[in-house]
Amino acid sequence: MSLLTLRRNFFNVHVITTTKIYRENCLRWYIGDLASYDFIPKKYRHLSATNKFTMFCEKAVELIRELHRMGDGQLPAFNEDGIRQVLEEMKALYEQNQTDVNEAKTEGKSELIPSIKFRHSCLLRNQRCIAAYLYDRLLRIRALRWEYGSVLPTTIRFHMCAEEMEWFNQYKKSLATYMRSIGGEEGLDITQDMKPPKSLYIEVRCLKDHGEFEIDDGTVILLKKNSQHFLPRWKCEQLIRQGVLEHVIS
Amino acid sequence: RERMSDAGDLSGAEESQEEVMTPAELIAKLEEAWLNEKFSPELLENKSELVECVMEQITHMEENLQRVRKGDVKASVHRMEIDRIRFVLSSYLRSRLQKIERFFPHVLEKEKSRADGDPSFLSPEEFAFAKEYLANTEVYLKNVALKHMPPNLQSIDMLKAVPEPCLDSFVFLRVKESQENILVEPETDEQREYVVDLDEGSQHLMRYRTIAPLVASGAVQLI
Repeated sequence: MSLLTLRRNFFNVHVITTTKIYRENCLRWYIGDLASYDFIPKKYRHLSATNKFTMFCEKAVELIRELHRMGDGQLPAFNEDGIRQVLEEMKALYEQNQTDVNEAKTEGKSELIPSIKFRHSCLLRNQRCIAAYLYDRLLRIRALRWEYGSVLPTTIRFHMCAEEMEWFNQYKKSLATYMRSIGGEEGLDITQDMKPPKSLYIEVRCLKDHGEFEIDDGTVILLKKNSQHFLPRWKCEQLIRQGVLEHVIS
Repeated sequence: RERMSDAGDLSGAEESQEEVMTPAELIAKLEEAWLNEKFSPELLENKSELVECVMEQITHMEENLQRVRKGDVKASVHRMEIDRIRFVLSSYLRSRLQKIERFFPHVLEKEKSRADGDPSFLSPEEFAFAKEYLANTEVYLKNVALKHMPPNLQSIDMLKAVPEPCLDSFVFLRVKESQENILVEPETDEQREYVVDLDEGSQHLMRYRTIAPLVASGAVQLI
């Protein structure tokens, strides 16, 4: 179930009034959803007018939506602020629950239990949203290794936090170790040969200066910007993916 | 298919196998393993010997290619052949690696709970890779978020969080060895389970779960 679906389910939840907090927050979910449709019934309008209320887990779902909006493969900047806000909300919820749990135990106030349960489910939801956000980013970063090679363009690196960079470096290392071990001798670079070979040699144009380039029979080619060459396909694959060469299809 | 019969002996696939395979048979086996791995929703049995033999084969062919006169038309055809084999091998290994990464907690769990005699699903190198991937991901999640969360929420059960492969997805298959009395689960409530016979050479579209053991034994080929 996608998290957006979950949200609509909340919209269909009946408002149950057991404790004040539970009731208020259910109404907030209700108002929140109505607000997103730009229509709020008159009797609730006074609630939405106040900006100071926020829904629980709203920021967490916003993180997910941010990723959902970006098309496949694109990595938006790491939303450190968003994560921090969700973590703060979790801290606040937990502390409120601690107090309530103590009160419920020592003073036997069992009517606090529904709101304790409610806060706990918000905590779980926040944890799940954060984990989904971070994991989805990892999947996009993993795809970058296969797309761009070991060295990432600086624009992308700016969008990654330090820990993601660390994950990427570890992943690169693991992958390299694995590839070296294939077949028991020198290994095999499986990030090459991504497409079935169609023709032996291809016409390529050089998009930027890349210096000297040696091909199998020893000849050295100078890759100068805008020069065109007829080169073996398997040699050019990585350079094409990095944007140094461009396949010319006449 | 044309083989480099004039450029030396290429049947280098003898070492650890009981039967000697010709290069043609070796490549056919590679292609079968490749297609099965590509179309199967779950990770299949690991075939390290096959991979080693194919790598040797490629090395042999490349060495032979060096000896052929430059500019000879034969050379480019054989070059193409080497590229094709390398593509199939790379694609096969990529399929496996992608599945290992996608289902890493389940793959590791399966390997851990495997009995000693059972065939391994991961080669030792793949196993090491999977363990590193798990550790890397756990360390990352902990450092970025989990360690800042309340004490009772600082861990995530990876087995629950990461989806399992969908064994109920439908696959196309061709029957290599006739099978009788394959039990098929009902699709709708009105149906009851029924048996089918799979005739050699016939092609079917079935749930992967029903024929999973047949893929492992080689009785059917996914297409």
